[in-house]
Amino acid sequence: MGADKSSGKLKKIPYYPGCSLKTKSKDFEKSAVAAARILGIELIELPKWNCCGTVFSLAQDDLMHHVAPLRNLLRVQEMNEAGLLEGENRLLTICPMCFNTLKKANQRMRDNPADLETINTFMDAEQDYQGEVEVIHLLELLKERGVAEIKAKVKIPLTALKVAPYYGCMLLRPKDIAIDDPEDPTIQEELLAAIGAQVVENPYKKVCCGSYQTVRNKYTVADLTYDILTHAKKAGAEMITTSCPLCAFNLDDRQKEVTEKYPDFEGIPVCCISQLMLLAFGVNRGGDGFELNYVDPRPLLKRKNLLSGADLKTGAK
Amino acid sequence: MNKETSIMDRIADANKSVITGIDAKDIENWVMIHIMGKAYEVPSELTILQAMEYSGYRFIRSCGCRAGFCGACATVYRKEGEYKLHGVLACQTKVEDGMFLVQIPFAPAEKSCYDITVERYDPAVLLKYYPEITRCVSCNTCTKACPQELQIMDYIQSALKGDFEGLADASFDCIQCGLCAIRCPAEIVHYHMAQLGRRMFGKYGIPEELNLKKRVEEIENRVYDEEFQKIMKMAPEDFKTLYVEKQKEREVY
Repeated sequence: MGADKSSGKLKKIPYYPGCSLKTKSKDFEKSAVAAARILGIELIELPKWNCCGTVFSLAQDDLMHHVAPLRNLLRVQEMNEAGLLEGENRLLTICPMCFNTLKKANQRMRDNPADLETINTFMDAEQDYQGEVEVIHLLELLKERGVAEIKAKVKIPLTALKVAPYYGCMLLRPKDIAIDDPEDPTIQEELLAAIGAQVVENPYKKVCCGSYQTVRNKYTVADLTYDILTHAKKAGAEMITTSCPLCAFNLDDRQKEVTEKYPDFEGIPVCCISQLMLLAFGVNRGGDGFELNYVDPRPLLKRKNLLSGADLKTGAK
Repeated sequence: MNKETSIMDRIADANKSVITGIDAKDIENWVMIHIMGKAYEVPSELTILQAMEYSGYRFIRSCGCRAGFCGACATVYRKEGEYKLHGVLACQTKVEDGMFLVQIPFAPAEKSCYDITVERYDPAVLLKYYPEITRCVSCNTCTKACPQELQIMDYIQSALKGDFEGLADASFDCIQCGLCAIRCPAEIVHYHMAQLGRRMFGKYGIPEELNLKKRVEEIENRVYDEEFQKIMKMAPEDFKTLYVEKQKEREVY
């Protein structure tokens, strides 16, 4: 497992970006690909990927909504057949929505061969999906790479930074596809500790962010965001991390509505863990890649001496 | 010219609208086709469009350029004993034995009104005017229906990813026949959305063509007025000669 350290050869793993990483959350993709590379892993974008399906369809008789996720899994099978992957059957996801939909659909097809056959017959212009692909999430890959390996790459430990991890729901529920204990996940805590950050215990780390209610009623989401962030701040957090572009939107961008409703509220930056990793690995002294953050983390990072003053770029929205 | 050659010449001439003067006894190969449920025997060399005219149909719709460019003659067929439903252009496809044919002269499809000079070069513009693209379930039915063999599902996915260039490239050869939109279970209007994508990409995604800008300025500054005047006064024969010579001078395509 992992990179061949002697030759410096990168371990190739196909990854599925999904729509958010290509539009609103480009920083998630960019930082994940860069951080993985430092850890000896080359993330290869899945060719011809399509929508993950967005939400796993629970209806027993609804197979149509599993065609989209299955096609993506099929691309991994094709990459292996074309010799592009050295026998890597795992598909890495970065967005938890994609993770959840792809992994659940894969599981359903494995558990119900008759369903798989129906979809394979329907997709008659494609080869049959054999059900051999494993869907994993970036956090799992980082953990597998190992805390010791990550520590070894750290040049600037984030010792002064107090970070509260936030998980949301899609990586933890339902239990049978969870990447960690759904009641008490610690995977982010372990990775944050590996890059030297002070981990703040956040009792609200699994409380719903409001998900797609953000489209229908942003003030409902603002209330949830206010609760989550206020509890984290009371516990001493200076920053929140999340893996989910939708959670990030609700916790970060919706702080605009939080401030409208609660004028005393002071903003708190929300980052993804790979953004922090790049800081710790010492490859982002200038503070690149925070342009899409609503609450600019750079003043905080500068105060903590995690950015070098001369290179510091400012002007996030 | 012997008789056989002249028949074949006539048949091979795809620009000929009606097949006349062909004697049935001179035709070697016949096929049986079904036009809207009714069986006809037609010469096997004909295109679907010609075969329908041969069978006595006169087109007032579902027929345009006869050269595979306009997309007016979209046709759907199944062959006897096969489950596949095919989408083709009647002017570009030869008849085959056992075809069950129907013409789709028009696709009802909502077309949005927009001003690309006002819109921002942001993928959100595609969702603003064609939000139904998010209903795509990746069934690929659109791709299978396309007479141009375009990877339509892929370009819908490009649109969802915000990849204007991928959308523009993959949809470039679209002739807007509408078969994709007719077949789509998500009721997407692929071709109108793709046209918006190409327009946005053309305006904002590629560098401005400086030669064109320069030439338009020259025309506006009346640099070529004298040359045009000369051409306007030329005798038709001299003009033809000039045109041919100019064509020889440079590669047009």
